[in-house]
Amino acid sequence: MYRYDDFDRQLVHERTEQFREQVKRRLAGDITEEQFRPLRLMNGVYLQLHAYMLRVAVPYGTLRADQLRQLGMIARVYDKGYGHFTTRQNIQYNWPKLDEIPDALLDLAKVEMHAIQTSGNCIRNTTTDQYAGAAADEIEDPRPYCELIRQWSTFHPEFTYLPRKFKIAVTGSPNDRAAVKVHDIGLRMHQNDAGETGFEVMVGGGLGRTPFVGKTIREFIGKNDLFSYLEAILRVYNRFGRRDNKYKARIKILVHEEGIDKIRELVEEEWAQIKDGSLRVDDAEIAHYIEQFAPPAFEALSDDDADFERHKLENRRFANWVRSNVIAHKQPGYAIANVSLKPIGGIPGDATDTQMELVADLSEKYSFGDVRVTHEQNLVLPHVKKADLFAVWSELDKADLGTANLGYVTDIISCPGLDYCALATARSIPLSQRISERFGDLDRQHDIGELKIKISGCINACGHHHVGHIGILGLDKRGKEFYQITLGGDASQDASIGKIAGAGFSEAEVVDAIESLVTKYIDIRESGERFIDTYRRVGMDPFKEVLYGDR
Amino acid sequence: MAIVKNDSVIEQEWNTVDAEGDLPASDENLIVPLARFKEERDSLLGRNGGLGVQLNPGDAPEDLADDLDRLSIITVNFPAYTDGRGYSYGRVLRERMGFTGELRAVGDVLRDQILYMHRCGFDAYDLKVEGEVALNKVRAALKEMSVYYQPTGDGRVTAQSLRERRRAALQ
Repeated sequence: MYRYDDFDRQLVHERTEQFREQVKRRLAGDITEEQFRPLRLMNGVYLQLHAYMLRVAVPYGTLRADQLRQLGMIARVYDKGYGHFTTRQNIQYNWPKLDEIPDALLDLAKVEMHAIQTSGNCIRNTTTDQYAGAAADEIEDPRPYCELIRQWSTFHPEFTYLPRKFKIAVTGSPNDRAAVKVHDIGLRMHQNDAGETGFEVMVGGGLGRTPFVGKTIREFIGKNDLFSYLEAILRVYNRFGRRDNKYKARIKILVHEEGIDKIRELVEEEWAQIKDGSLRVDDAEIAHYIEQFAPPAFEALSDDDADFERHKLENRRFANWVRSNVIAHKQPGYAIANVSLKPIGGIPGDATDTQMELVADLSEKYSFGDVRVTHEQNLVLPHVKKADLFAVWSELDKADLGTANLGYVTDIISCPGLDYCALATARSIPLSQRISERFGDLDRQHDIGELKIKISGCINACGHHHVGHIGILGLDKRGKEFYQITLGGDASQDASIGKIAGAGFSEAEVVDAIESLVTKYIDIRESGERFIDTYRRVGMDPFKEVLYGDR
Repeated sequence: MAIVKNDSVIEQEWNTVDAEGDLPASDENLIVPLARFKEERDSLLGRNGGLGVQLNPGDAPEDLADDLDRLSIITVNFPAYTDGRGYSYGRVLRERMGFTGELRAVGDVLRDQILYMHRCGFDAYDLKVEGEVALNKVRAALKEMSVYYQPTGDGRVTAQSLRERRRAALQ
């Protein structure tokens, strides 16, 4: 795992001091709230409905045990004892006091963390596959490149006042778990015909009020050229992206209005002039970063563990958890254990201070001190011996972290909605809780199989409803909340944007509406079909019929 | 109100005109918007005083490629601090086109942006405060950070090159 060197440490330290001064200026009344706003936003400090909110960066979703433990401490000392993991693989705290935030940042800096660029019209935290470095299906660990992107993008002097925020996601696996096609830039590692590993570059994906799937701007860019190519895209966007209307300022609109061929032409022209310059990264430097993400000291184990098999036979709840939450590891005898932050009836993505500390302890004991945050708002212990899975699950279960629902109907992505967010038009959390309770029965969830429900409390789509197999968008209609349903969205390598089923449902009706969709799916599915597969086969009509009948 | 360049406050020695304003006497220093420069290029280049061009957001610095050595100053307008196009113009002018004259940021130039502007090739800042206050602002802004990740042609050594030097020394 990447460790800061003295340069990284110095930079974060200086930033922390700088923000302390800025807060001092604000509290003393030397600057107005309006003048303070861009300064605090650049440090992840929002002003929400009820309080300030602090969003802490978790670069590419990778955490060390000491870092997660510190996040728990911060929840306890500076907040109300919990934090909320987000679809950007970050964590946010809902109740810090402004005058205490500089101290919280100092405590973060002690464990090599910060809140830089978690907000503002700059390049945000780069996200990636939560199973990076562990997944059996991976071409290469994407994190060394993510770390290089982190450094390249941190305080980039040219790209700190972009037309809008800018999000980059990377996947090192053909099975995309990072939703790269719905990011401003998506990078997919693959091999070209010459057998070299590099990146397919996609641009212009995104959700919000005008959702798009990203388009390929270049089939292959070599690793050495990645950064000059990214800089070329960003320069074209900074110069030519729309600034007249903030809703039309994302790169997806530029790509849509100008066409991908025109944008490609501009980017290639720009890139030709800078590709051999100082941003070219040589193999030795890349090797240095790859070394820092070297696999931990795995033991040579048989892939079969008798005790593990016995525990599954003896304990049905454990077997259920293994079935849904444990994923194949590239190293024999090891597994990837997903920690669900979606207990039945709980708030998606929330974790308490003691839960964070427990996962930190477990990671230290069983997973080389390595923890991941997923864009689906769960945690991961990426390197657990199969022989230890039962012990890990037993500890998680006691702390309400052992829910066996990964990828199931209750593993809901939800934005904070009207309970916290100043932009929201409807509540999301209570709805996700009610859906979770309605479908809480595990056998039923398992029978339904993979079904991704994603809920957003407003058109900005932080809950990714456009790419939910079932998406739910909360809106406000004459002072009353109602919920619009979309079907057929997908954030994976087969990315698609969901279609609106029809008129929205009242708060009282919406859970029944979801249930009728699920019942219809069970009724018409063919063997082995997931909800999304059935939808793709039969289309909207059968589902529309159960939702609206003759209406 | 005050212009800070190279760690000192300098005098405003330039007349700035907009698209339509009357030009001052031929031997006076003059800054014109790019659009006007393109329209009246020959007569402007024939004047005796110094000549500069102002770039506004949306302009293409490439339009000045043939005349850079005739310009003493280019001002880049930041009408709002949120409009960051000028940062790209600075890098293109300095690093690609090799402009060596004064590159001045004008408009909504805030203290917290000065370091970024400097990194993109700006060497002068038109600030809306008095001379000494302006000078102190620029000094403080340029000192606030000491670690730089990106190579931008501003002469600052990046963390990466310092790391490489260190590794080389250890070998």
